[in-house]
Amino acid sequence: MLGYEFYVDPSRCIGCQSCVNACGECGTHRGVSLIHLDFFDREWTTASTPMVCMHCENPTCAQACPADAIKKGEDGVVRSALKPRCIACSNCVLACPFGVPKVQIEMELMMKCDMCYDRTSVGLRPMCATVCPSQALMYVTPAEAARLRRDTPVNTFRFGNQEVKTKVFVYLPQGEDALAVEADVVNDLWRSTE
Amino acid sequence: MAKPPLPVEDLVRSYGPTLKYTPPGGWTQSARHAGDRLVKTHCCFCGQQCGIQLRVRENEVIGFEPWDEFPFNRGMLCPKGVKRYLQGSHPDRLLDPLLRTDTGFRKASWDEALAMTAQRLREIQDRHGRDSVAVLGGASLISEKSYLLGKFARLALGTRHIDYNGRLCMVSAGTGYKLALGVDRNPNPWSDIPEAQVVIVAGSNVAECFPITTDYLWRMRDNGGKLIVVDPRRTPICRNADLYLPVKPGMDTALFAGILHVVLKEGLEDRAFIENHTTGFEAVEQYVKEWDPRRTAEATGVPPEAIEKAARWFGKAERAMALHARGVEHHSHGVENVLAIVNLCLATGNIGRPGAGPNMITGQGNGQGGREHGQKCDQLPGQRHIDDPAARKYVAGVWGVEPDSLPSAGYTAMEILEAIHRGEIKGLLSICFNPLVSLPDAGYIREALNKLEFFGIIDFFLSETAHHADVVLAGSLQEEEEGVVCSGEGRVIKINKAVDPPGNAWADSRIIVDLAKRLGAGDRFRFASTREIFDEMCVASKGGTADYSGITWERLEKEMGLFWPVPSENHPGTPRLFEDRHFKHPDGKAHFLVAEVKPGGDPLDSSFPLHLTTGRVVSQFLSGTQTRRIGPLVDQYPEPRAEIHPELAARHGIANGELMTVTTRRASMTLPALVVRTIRPDTVFIPYHWPGRKSVNGLTHRTLDPRSKIPEFKSSACRIGKAAVPDGMNSSGQLNVLGGG
Repeated sequence: MLGYEFYVDPSRCIGCQSCVNACGECGTHRGVSLIHLDFFDREWTTASTPMVCMHCENPTCAQACPADAIKKGEDGVVRSALKPRCIACSNCVLACPFGVPKVQIEMELMMKCDMCYDRTSVGLRPMCATVCPSQALMYVTPAEAARLRRDTPVNTFRFGNQEVKTKVFVYLPQGEDALAVEADVVNDLWRSTE
Repeated sequence: MAKPPLPVEDLVRSYGPTLKYTPPGGWTQSARHAGDRLVKTHCCFCGQQCGIQLRVRENEVIGFEPWDEFPFNRGMLCPKGVKRYLQGSHPDRLLDPLLRTDTGFRKASWDEALAMTAQRLREIQDRHGRDSVAVLGGASLISEKSYLLGKFARLALGTRHIDYNGRLCMVSAGTGYKLALGVDRNPNPWSDIPEAQVVIVAGSNVAECFPITTDYLWRMRDNGGKLIVVDPRRTPICRNADLYLPVKPGMDTALFAGILHVVLKEGLEDRAFIENHTTGFEAVEQYVKEWDPRRTAEATGVPPEAIEKAARWFGKAERAMALHARGVEHHSHGVENVLAIVNLCLATGNIGRPGAGPNMITGQGNGQGGREHGQKCDQLPGQRHIDDPAARKYVAGVWGVEPDSLPSAGYTAMEILEAIHRGEIKGLLSICFNPLVSLPDAGYIREALNKLEFFGIIDFFLSETAHHADVVLAGSLQEEEEGVVCSGEGRVIKINKAVDPPGNAWADSRIIVDLAKRLGAGDRFRFASTREIFDEMCVASKGGTADYSGITWERLEKEMGLFWPVPSENHPGTPRLFEDRHFKHPDGKAHFLVAEVKPGGDPLDSSFPLHLTTGRVVSQFLSGTQTRRIGPLVDQYPEPRAEIHPELAARHGIANGELMTVTTRRASMTLPALVVRTIRPDTVFIPYHWPGRKSVNGLTHRTLDPRSKIPEFKSSACRIGKAAVPDGMNSSGQLNVLGGG
């Protein structure tokens, strides 16, 4: 849908899993839910956050793909892997800084959120952002977003030394211009497997 | 004796719950076909009544499409709404009438099943009087069906005992609003919420029970408003609360007395409004004098500073709303709790304006409409009282009978079950109600059902209660009949038919009309369609409080619903009540009524030192007859867990996920613990959607509010202990029950 953008506001999420249930109703991957919903630490909090594909300008998943199976369309939407090319090696799964792609073992195929291009191409909003009862997931024009929300939408992310620009926006407190994850991801990865 | 003919495991094997995951035709079919129909209608579940489009292929609901244009939810849906379509074409669906035999149930013809139902009910009435049979209805039925059921009970059966499962839901709120404001409807449309500067949400797990309301509250905060949450649990809506008041279960009256105390002490009340538009203020003012913040804090567990802050925010706001739900209403003093909230709004002049007012959050799909047109034990259509001579005369005229032939007020739902238990009521016809799961003290309810001489039930799945039935009349789902409901906002909306009932199942209205004919009242039930029922209902409501006489089905579709009263065809409806400061009492005033702090009906003591409170989870609905058959919703929260605070868990050596036993004065149950810091350390929470050994309603008690007759689900005295792995469970604590159990 021309002029519409996708916004994620984790602070609005109520963990209801509407998006998880609705994702599998999308026509391009019927019966397979690709959105992520994380509950941080249920002992301490009910807080949760949804994670859609951020649709990077320069997708790390595509860079890491040895089979050249991951393509970005002119609309800026990064598609699931091409079935004839994907070797289900999971490089993209490991490489994505947001942890988005999933390998469907039985299909030997990486699938991920494609921002419901079957819907947006015919003037319908993505399924998750349509149903989301708290509008933690929102698909509107930037002007509408500015009218509705006080917080700041950002689409620049820093993971250590890697800077990623994305099509999807995430809301941060007013005045923030980027989300920086300062932890050394690679070392943390080793630590967690020790 | 209406005892189940087989062990429950055998009935479950034949009739479910079976978990359904895939739409008709499976996932490999394309999502959209050229010949598909999209039927604009509303979700079958809660009182939010979200607009949804059901996708229909041939005579099957195969999916859905969000309905962006419906103004209440603008396409938004909770997971129940997303997956509701899976209840269609379900393997558990009852496709024929069933009769109980010694070895189970057998299929029967409609003629046999209906003849037997009419004959057995009449025989009991001939032997024991007409009030020896009762009718139970439900608040998920479209208004046409609930109107029809009320008329059926009074005219075809001639019994005074008809009530409905809204008795477990909205009656404390309705009673409180009628007493204070003279009408049982929300004062404000939901579009007012984002306009408020302060909103108190009291006793409502909005994020799980009314998810769409979350967006309204978040928008209120985007506009600079403040959110105050009153609850023993920090539910997900608390993540953006500006103030959280961790009230002890049942102490809401004291808390709101304390808040009003501070408002009055600091001069934040609206004197002009109080003097011009209310009565009874002085007595309330006098009563709350003793509820200073210190005393209130001791009684409620809420810190005094938090009480003062809430009072100042609410009192200083130009526009403040107080939303409440079952957390304050499910008490033996539920009406008091509601009145205490209404008193606060009246004292601060917060009513009859945009963004200002007390509002109840209606629980069931037609929770509002189902309590307007005569399904309640003391009510005639149009929200009239059955003992009002003028109402009797008018409605009797519409029905073509003598006013004296109408029965007087009967028993409420829980009282009907108690009358069955003591043998006073011997026959029962029930629709849209699963009392074995949803009423308190399930062991007692089971004993009552077993005592029935005849039990007929209309349902689309074989609910746990239906296990006890002599006759099961295979009825219809919401999407199989056309009609109206009234949403929690007070907005009457159109339910459209998507498909015909499958197999030999019949539309509910057809079953009731046919039974009326067999009972000899056919001339009063000449309805060929639900539209004819609607038309008569509108006439019957005319001049009543809930006046539908200006509503047509066509207007509802064109105008996206209409807020009642709609007294004429060119009337625009009434989204906001009391804008003229005229309240619905004969004196035109709002009435302050003293809300007295009272103890609960199952008091804590040294043997039972903890509060047990119950509620819902987002993926299940009420007794689960529908949602326990929908696979993805069951997977999301497969079985009950007991939420307890780590301090309490540590005292009993219970780790997260371990089995624990919860015991009340009636029964005990064993279930896994969910150890969380989001609940008061003196409170145990268990959701209530499951039957049998998973049913927390085996533990709850039967104390009723004396005015609303709502059971006290929200506080039972309990104790807990670490459990050994009992028989019938596997080592991970899963109960060995088939399917969705």
